[in-house]
Amino acid sequence: MTQSLRIVERTKAFFTEIGDLSYFSGRFFKEVFTRPFEFQELLRQCYNMGNRSLLLVGVTGFILGLVFTLQSRPTLMEFGAESWMPSMVGISIVREIGPVITALICAGRIGSGIGAELGSMRVTEQIDAMEVSGTNPFKYLVVTRITATTLMLPILIIFGDAIALFGSAIIENLKGAVSYQLYFNQVFDAIKYSDIIPATVKSFFFGYAIGLVGCYKGYYCKKGTAGVGEASNSAVVYTSMLLFVIDFVAVFLADIFFEI
Amino acid sequence: MKLKKNITSVLEIKDLRKNFGNNHVLNGFNLQLFEGENLVVMGKSGSGKSVMIKCLVGLMQADSGSIQIKGQDITILGQIELDLLRTEIGFLFQGSALYDSMTVRENLEFPLRRHKDKLNMTRRTEALVIEALENVGLAHAIDLMPSELSGGMQRRVALARALILKPKIILYDEPTTGLDPITSKEIIELMRSIQKKYGTSSLIITHDVDCARVISNRIILLVDGINYAEGTYQELSQSNDPQVKAFFKH
Repeated sequence: MTQSLRIVERTKAFFTEIGDLSYFSGRFFKEVFTRPFEFQELLRQCYNMGNRSLLLVGVTGFILGLVFTLQSRPTLMEFGAESWMPSMVGISIVREIGPVITALICAGRIGSGIGAELGSMRVTEQIDAMEVSGTNPFKYLVVTRITATTLMLPILIIFGDAIALFGSAIIENLKGAVSYQLYFNQVFDAIKYSDIIPATVKSFFFGYAIGLVGCYKGYYCKKGTAGVGEASNSAVVYTSMLLFVIDFVAVFLADIFFEI
Repeated sequence: MKLKKNITSVLEIKDLRKNFGNNHVLNGFNLQLFEGENLVVMGKSGSGKSVMIKCLVGLMQADSGSIQIKGQDITILGQIELDLLRTEIGFLFQGSALYDSMTVRENLEFPLRRHKDKLNMTRRTEALVIEALENVGLAHAIDLMPSELSGGMQRRVALARALILKPKIILYDEPTTGLDPITSKEIIELMRSIQKKYGTSSLIITHDVDCARVISNRIILLVDGINYAEGTYQELSQSNDPQVKAFFKH
């Protein structure tokens, strides 16, 4: 096969995948509003995804806050602008770094988990067994997981942001003798609704993307254990790329609507 | 085991065809399963047995042909009607297909949760689960996870799950594959006792000749996607046809 033919084939495969993913997404919206609603499974998934990711998100957020402040301090001190530290860290974390880093961590923790779980269920015929027993597996497995990631990610992001700011406050307190009250007063003075609203809205989309790609890769997993590994791996890779695309679009739109 | 012939058909396949690209898997397969009958479909690996059974329960769409279960053509049924019809069919998967994130109890409760009311089952879920597990001799394993069970025990639990809604038809996809000879015999005995107790009709996909000998009322040999031969075990095992002989004469 020549190079150009290979490129054509890959391009075709890429657009086919985009089409399949869009169809999958459309099916989610069609089924999410129809009965029966799987509330119990949704709650279980929310608990699994939310509660079990708290420690990872918390630790990462805390270290992020520490490192970010430690590395920014010398530069701000050079310009005599260290008093701007709380505002700068607050805006950066709430607007951009917190949501993106938390979403990437969740893509690795939750997205790969969904891909592997549904993939192994597909390979071992558990999804077929569910269908044969008269249960709609798409509704039970896919709709609940996508809804759970969409609802849980904003909460995890807010939690991660809070811990990151706390980490930053500790460094400011130790290095710059800034009290916690003063630090957080400055942070909340600096943060506006135009920072919070776009960040919160995009975090729902981040959650949706993590659930969607993880479920899609797992649900249509190829046969065999290699297929499960591939589903899990590609769920993380595709989700990570998609998160940056969503982030770009969100920032672009926020710029238009909020003039940030 | 010969079956009395004055009984009605509960499942009928007519001229079933299924292709995967240029690979013609089913080329006009026909089948009739009678009430209370144990019908065995045998064939080499890749002969289309699993495709046929998946078409039967709507896991795959046939290219053409009709599949009638209890008088309803499943190829034209809507999702709700199909799901309701599926409650009349038990399916034992080759690899058991137990939900590995659920306990044995939750595995059995899963189909009940959804269909108990529709089927007017008045008994408590717990009682139904215990009864199904007692039928397969595994009441003590009710709170274990599937990963804690041996292959034979998993197959038994899968059989209990297939039976929990008291189906009239049970489909077995290679019920003894991957099991040792002793466990295979136990599973076959279990299948026989269930058939006697509940009067179910069974369609068994297998290439295990011993299983076919013990359990079948009638055997269909599937070769190249068509019914190549049909008869009782006695008739087919005495056939002089080379393809049939290859199966029955070791």
